[in-house]
Amino acid sequence: MDSPQDLPIFARRHLLGMAGLNYPDIETLLDRADRAVDVSRQRDKKRATLRGLTQINLFFEASTRTQASFELAGKRLGADVMNMAVASSSVKKGETLIDTAMTLNAMHPDILVIRHGAAGAAALLARKVACSVINAGDGAHEHPTQALLDALTIRRHKGRLDGLTVAICGDILHSRVARSNIILLNTMGARVRAVGPSTLMPVGIAEMGAEHHVRMADGIRDADVVMMLRLQRERKAGAFVPSVREYFRHYGLDAPTLAHARPDCLVMHPGPMNRGVEIASEIADGPQSVIEEQVEMGVAVRMAVMEALLDPRKPETPT
Amino acid sequence: MAPASGTEVYQNARIVDPSRGIDETGTLIVTDGVIAACGAGARNQGMPEGATTIDCAGLTLIPGLVDMRVHVEEPGGEHRETIASACEAAAAGGVTSIVMMPDTHPVIDDVALVEFVLRTARETGTVRVHPAAAITVGLAGAEMTEIGNLKAAGAVMFTDGRATIANAAVMRRAMTYARDFGAVIAHHTADDELIGRGVMNEGLFASLLGLPGIPREAELLPLERDLRLARLTGAAYHAAKISCAMSADAVRAAKGERLDVTAGASVNHLSLNENDVGEYRTFFKLAPPLRHEDDRLAMVEALRDGTLDIICSDHDPQDVDTKRLPFAEAEDGAVGLETMLSAALRLYHSDEVPLMRLIEAMSTAPARRLGLDAGTLAPGAPADFALVDLDAPFVLDPADLKSLSKNTPFDGARFSGRPVRTVVGGRTVFAA
Repeated sequence: MDSPQDLPIFARRHLLGMAGLNYPDIETLLDRADRAVDVSRQRDKKRATLRGLTQINLFFEASTRTQASFELAGKRLGADVMNMAVASSSVKKGETLIDTAMTLNAMHPDILVIRHGAAGAAALLARKVACSVINAGDGAHEHPTQALLDALTIRRHKGRLDGLTVAICGDILHSRVARSNIILLNTMGARVRAVGPSTLMPVGIAEMGAEHHVRMADGIRDADVVMMLRLQRERKAGAFVPSVREYFRHYGLDAPTLAHARPDCLVMHPGPMNRGVEIASEIADGPQSVIEEQVEMGVAVRMAVMEALLDPRKPETPT
Repeated sequence: MAPASGTEVYQNARIVDPSRGIDETGTLIVTDGVIAACGAGARNQGMPEGATTIDCAGLTLIPGLVDMRVHVEEPGGEHRETIASACEAAAAGGVTSIVMMPDTHPVIDDVALVEFVLRTARETGTVRVHPAAAITVGLAGAEMTEIGNLKAAGAVMFTDGRATIANAAVMRRAMTYARDFGAVIAHHTADDELIGRGVMNEGLFASLLGLPGIPREAELLPLERDLRLARLTGAAYHAAKISCAMSADAVRAAKGERLDVTAGASVNHLSLNENDVGEYRTFFKLAPPLRHEDDRLAMVEALRDGTLDIICSDHDPQDVDTKRLPFAEAEDGAVGLETMLSAALRLYHSDEVPLMRLIEAMSTAPARRLGLDAGTLAPGAPADFALVDLDAPFVLDPADLKSLSKNTPFDGARFSGRPVRTVVGGRTVFAA
């Protein structure tokens, strides 16, 4: 897949979120990702698309999985990859984030992958550097590559996205994964339901394009896809939900609950999972689960995104 | 409890059923603990064979009262009141269903405690006992309880009992979360900071007695906050105990906005005022405090116009150790299960509130608010009702009270009207 000449040029310089991407943009990225899956499944996984280019992974929040996925994606495309783990405590103020950005910029990277606890951090960085920026998660705002890998997983199983009913369940309020998914799925013509207690629902969820349900049975009824979200530890203990015990009983996914969905419903989870909190083990490991496959698709999607951003056919290659 | 078997016919009674707007002379037929027919036309259905007939001439037959606010001290304070003794007191007062407050020791904030109450009531109680569960763990005002699990276990509403949740964020989350489960949040609003050392209504009378006062605003400020949160969250909210004109106005405004809001008041605040404190009588030390006569009149008006939905007894048994103290040091609270109906009938005899409205506020309205199968004499409903002699004069002697505690503000009060028979599920649980 050395810059597939038959695929349209992805005209954007950064991938900061799903907001603003249109149907063809997403189609292009998913089509490219499909080819990247083939590459990853070959014995020789190395390509030269990004040879000579420098990728810096700038992670202000610890995330072994996402960071490894980006690292592997860059290496498979031939880039020189550098990981920078920055303790979030040392970089709290916007000025310091920009200072870091300017320092990195002076090293002439071609692509910066940033994970940060503050919403808008990736956008701020993008304004200050000369290279492409990929948002690998900014606060509770967006996590676009996660949404793309979820979409790719669904499309490969269902053959399409439009017309599908997708239930996103759990802590929507604090979830960047949910936000990116709602935007992507709406753009692609899927119906989205947001399922969870009202204490974990952002204001204006309906205007965001998701139908809110407070009961799992109603929310996942006849769904084609059920996406479970991780309940953060600090969200429990009287803060947003009373207890893990109560949460699992009313909002956890187990076999009787899943029976309300379509028989061929896919079960997804962005990981890491809390087994027995939001999902029962037999479902996580069950035949409808595509959770492991999501990880595989993650590498492919990240390869596709980097390749699309740095496509040599672009009139102005950012360096 | 198992319903009675057989058929009883209560005839020639004045039947007052607010659930159907009926006030007429007629007959009530009970079959196997369930109301088979009720009203002027019931006799036309023919007398079932083997039926027991009870002549009720001169008596009024009303749905059994549903008391939405009853403190029972079991577990933890059985010397003041047990579930069994509270049920006896309730039956003597024409009350067939009680909603038990969660401030026991331990607090009813866990499924096991709800189950304990239901089991104990089944084994020892004579009237229907519905547990209310705490909104926050340990009534501490910080962590939400398992509202979903508690409701599934049988808790009929959520309240922190005598305590007010000071933290608005905690209250907001609880209301938001409760809404998802269709759970009613009932709240007694009292700002502790504003109450300070206050022990009675703030005003001239408190100044004359030299007692620190409690301003009405101590009740109003958290109430107004809650009403705004009810608007924000869409929760089913019940202002458990309001006592003054300003609070009634706040509730009236909220209802004007069509919020899912109801309000209750204790019968004490509708029939007594601050002057009753007299010579530092601690049986009149209540929370909220008895207010000025103008407030009482405003509360009566609120009851008449429907702003005030529910009358409760606010039954709160205290013993000698907690009540026989200087006024400022005594605990708040009064027993009330046995006197609620008689005290409320004062408003009927003085032409302040129509009988139908009074009975509705003590039976149909609380049952409807909590979705209980009670507060009605409609065919098919459980046969929970009371036969009342509306004009029977008597002087209350605390020694006659069934309650284990005798702290009544109506000690020596002259009343007209009392229940002569109380029936739960077709079974007579009290007969005078």
